[in-house]
Parts: sequence; C-alpha cells; structure tokens
Amino acid sequence: MYVELRNINKHFAGFQASKNVSFGIAQGILAALLGPSGSGKTTILRMIAGLETPDSGNIFIDHVRVNDLDPSKRGIGFVFQNYALFRYMTVFENIAFGLEIKKEKKSGIRERVMELLALIGMEDLEKRYPAQLSGGQKQRVAFARALAPNPRLLLLDEPFAAIDAKVRRELRCWLRDMIARLGITSIFVTHDQDEALEVAGEIILTNHGQVEQSGKPLQLYKSPKTSFVARFIGESVIVDDYGLLKGFSPAANAGQGHSASGAIRPEFIRIFTDKGSLRHENGTEDAVVESLAFRGSFIEAGLRLKNMLLTAHHSFEDAPIAVGDQVKVLIYRLYSFSGNQVKLVTNQYVMEHGNGYDYVI
Amino acid sequence: MRKERSVIPLILILASAAFIFLMLALPLLLILVESFRAGLDFFAAAISDPYALKALQLTGIATVSSVGLNTLFGLAAAWAITRFSFPGKGLLTTFIDIPFAVSPVIAGLIFILTFGRISWLHPFLSAYDLKVVFAVPGIIIATVFVTFPFVAREIIPVLEARGTEEEQAASLMGAGFLTIFRRITFPHIKWALLYGVILCTARAMGEFGAVSVVSGRLRGKTNTLPLYIENLYDEHQFTAAFAVSSILVAAAIIILIARNIVEYTAKKDEDTNVR
Repeated sequence: MYVELRNINKHFAGFQASKNVSFGIAQGILAALLGPSGSGKTTILRMIAGLETPDSGNIFIDHVRVNDLDPSKRGIGFVFQNYALFRYMTVFENIAFGLEIKKEKKSGIRERVMELLALIGMEDLEKRYPAQLSGGQKQRVAFARALAPNPRLLLLDEPFAAIDAKVRRELRCWLRDMIARLGITSIFVTHDQDEALEVAGEIILTNHGQVEQSGKPLQLYKSPKTSFVARFIGESVIVDDYGLLKGFSPAANAGQGHSASGAIRPEFIRIFTDKGSLRHENGTEDAVVESLAFRGSFIEAGLRLKNMLLTAHHSFEDAPIAVGDQVKVLIYRLYSFSGNQVKLVTNQYVMEHGNGYDYVI
Repeated sequence: MRKERSVIPLILILASAAFIFLMLALPLLLILVESFRAGLDFFAAAISDPYALKALQLTGIATVSSVGLNTLFGLAAAWAITRFSFPGKGLLTTFIDIPFAVSPVIAGLIFILTFGRISWLHPFLSAYDLKVVFAVPGIIIATVFVTFPFVAREIIPVLEARGTEEEQAASLMGAGFLTIFRRITFPHIKWALLYGVILCTARAMGEFGAVSVVSGRLRGKTNTLPLYIENLYDEHQFTAAFAVSSILVAAAIIILIARNIVEYTAKKDEDTNVR
C-alpha cells in the first residue's frame, strides 16, 4: 500500500478523535474519507499531512514511516477546506509560492506555473487576486497551488463544501478526471456520500473515530459490513420488525430475542399501479401512498405499510399515483441487522426466480 | 410619525456639532489665536527658545523609542496570543489592557517605586551608574507603559479574523517563520499596525501624567513638551505656553490626517483583498 495507517490513536482534550484507525491506499487511487461530521475524518487527513500528531500508531507513505518527518518534507499537497489562498498574492504568485520556497529557478517557476494554469484552464487570470475569483476558480487555483511542487500525495479537506450545488457536480467530475490524468495518489475528506460514491475509487467510511468499512464504492453500497454503513450509505429507512413483511422471516437472520430490525433502501421497493405488471404476486403487500415528493428524475413516495413508513422511488414512466392511493408493493430485499452485523436478505418469493443484485461496475 | 423622524436626526446632528465646537474646535482655535497674540516674532522666539527645543527633542526621543518598542512588543504579543495556546494566555491578554485602566500618575509612581531610591533595585542601578528615575530612560519607560496597548490591541482582532490557514498552507510548503511573516501575515496586518503606530504616536507625544512623576521636570534636561508647557503656564507666560502648545496641536492635526489616509486606504485594500 502506498499510504498506510496502522493503529492510529488520537485524543483531543477529553475526546478520542481516532480509535485504532488502520487502512491502506494503493498508489494512484483517489480515496474518500467519508463520515458524518465529528467522525474524525479531517483529523485523519491532518495527521497524514503532519498538521496533527497521532498519540500512537504509525503512518507510512511509500513504505517509509513519516511520523517524525516535518510536514513540509512529506511530499504532500494540501487543499484546505476554504482553500486558504494567499489573499495578498495574485493567482500566479499563489501557485509559484511553493516553488519559490524550494528556491527553484525563476524561468522554471514561470514555466511550471503556466503549465498548471493551462491545466486548470485559467491562463488569462494569472494577475487576479483570490477575492476576484469565483468559488470554483478558487478551488482550481488551490488545486494547482498544491500540485505545483510535484507532491507524491494530494490531500483535500472537504474540497467541494464551499461551492454551490450546480458547480459542485461539474467540479467533482473535473477533479476526478484531472487526478486520473495525473495519476497522483489522492485522499479527500467529505461528509457527502453522493460525492464519495461518484468520485472516489476507494472509500474509507469513518464513524466515532473508527473506520467502519473501507472498499470500493459499490462494495460499500452493496455489502455494508456494519449496521452503521447500511444506515449511512444510501437513503435507507430503518424498520423495527421486518418479520411482518411477506417473504422475510426473522429466523433467516438467526438473531435471538430482539425484534428483527433492518434497513430498506428506496430502490429495493417497487410500486405496482396495475395488476397486469404485477410480479412475484405472492410476495406483494398492500400499501397506502402517504406522501409524494418531486425529486427531479423520479418521484419519492412515502408508503404506509403495516404501521411502517417506507420510502420508494416511482418512475414518471409508470402510471401516476396520488396521495391516498391503495397500491401493491414488492420489497425485493433488505438489510437485516443483528447487533452490528448486517446481512442482505432477499424476499423468498423473489429468490425462487434467482437473485438479481449482482452488478459489477 | 413622519415629522418626528425628521426632527430627531436634526436634534442629534445639532447637539453633536455644538458639542464638538464647544469642547474641541473652539479651544483649539483659541490656542492658535492666543499663541499669535503677541505677534509672529514673539511666537518664533517662544518656540525657538533653547528650553522649548530641548523639550521638543525629548518628546521626539520618548515618542520614537516608545513607538518602536511597542511595535515590537505588540507584534510579539499579538502573534503569541492569536497563534499559540499556552497557560496564562487570558492573563496576558488582560495585562495588555492595564495601562488603559490605571491612571498615568499611578504608572509614574510605580516606576519611582521600582527604580527610585527606595527600590531594592537601587543599589544595583547606582553601582552601574544607571539613572532611570528623573532621567531620560524613566521618561521612555513611563511613555512605553502608558502606550503599550495600542499596537497589540489593533493587531489582535485582525490576526484573529484572518485565521491561520494561509500560514499553515505556507508552512506545509516549507516556508520558514520569517518568510511566512513577511509574505503572508504582514500584508494582512500592515494597516492595523500602522493605525496602532499612529495612535501610539499621538498618545506618546501628549503623555503628561506618568512622565510628570518620573521626570523630575528638570528644565532643559528632563522636560518634555507637555511638561514644559505647564511650566510656562505656571510662570504666567500664557502666550508662550500657547505658542508651544501650537506645536503639539500641529502634530496632532498631522496625525489625524495620516490616520484618515490610513483608514481610507485600509478600507479600500480590504474591499479588494478580503472576500
């Protein structure tokens, strides 16, 4: 592994920001440190950069322990959450700063800065000051500034947090492509699962200072290892007793005593509006449409089913539904929890026709 | 309702204008009028009197050295307070304000106690023939004391507001302390620093109370301009007192103009460089 953390612990006055954190990232990968706020993801990033010191544990970059290495000697490019551009320097001076510190030749600096300005598509803005740039432009300058001294590892702290939604989507694709093109190993921190799922090649999901699960985005999405992951990733609805649902028996979970709780994702539910299209009829349930919300490319429906309130997605191509309608729904599968363990359980009636949840992307 | 709204601003404006005229403009005007009462020749003689020149020189020395020392101290204290956490930080922040709270006369007495005959430092000082009290060093120390909050107080809020991220970014790239200060921090605080220096200068030039206690008021030796003016006044040389006062008034006006220029430029600078 190119970047490796082993058993990292870190305390701040009275609270543990990192508990036995271990993970590795291969060279050239864009990895996301994902987690709710306060989960310790930024602390991990700052420890890799050397802005914080772990209480115990080891950090390796390219197989060399860097714990005692000065931050500036770790070969890291860091993009701060609010970019931390030097406000009294022009775009050019900002990008050139790291090279000047390294005492590189003036002509070499000019060449490298122009190359980076071309890369971020801002050749004509070299004389602007940060205050004269838009959020997206600032972000790109921060990216170029971090890359200027040719770091071996790029760290980005919530790189898209300060940008408005529309530009954010564009910019994250841009960043992903740019990093792929340069092949630089990168780690970014985010609390936005969409961002991590879309951009990252590898996700490290943290909660309460611990790594809950790490792996490829689809892997986390499809096979959450802990109930936290199942709850956090996707827009799951938690049900207290899925044994009440047709086709699911709590025995399959082998959990004793407690009620069989689980998580159901919207895409696990299909709403049937007419009898003709009904599938796996024995497994379907009656539900009442309680709410409808327009979500752009689909409609989000709140369904009342045996005292459970579930969320499902409904396509515009299907027959329209209205609040108060009686509909047939089929729950294809759900995540069943036992303790912190998670198991994907498929509806027995669906199973008879094979399991359809085996995409590989 | 409408009428009330137009009357209230008028009353407030008139009240402020009348207050400023009576309390500030009129007295200053009278100083100028009084100082030229006995004619231009007398005015020139009064301000070129050797004692007056000596007092002007001493005020200059005290002002320059206290501004210099307080700039260094203010920068160091502001940096320490905003960039590091250390035990006693709150105490240090409070201590900086003490000169604002303590009467200058008491400040003067403190230095008489510390460096005068009754001090336990006195044997040491006299052994090396160091004269502090009733000498120039005492005047400088007293002036430093009464003016030391100005620079630090101006810089601290700016350093706090601008945050440490730019410095962190520079340090991550391997920039040393001096480079970071010169290229990152200083541009942020330069106007606040200059503003603090101007306020500090104004206060140092006019300082009377503390200096009056420590100087011993030896004419031609330890008399600063404000002390000299009071001497003249005590001797009923009113016109000469006013003439010498006009030097301080002129300096104050220059400082005021400088302050306005700095304020205006800083505002413009902030508009272009801070978000």
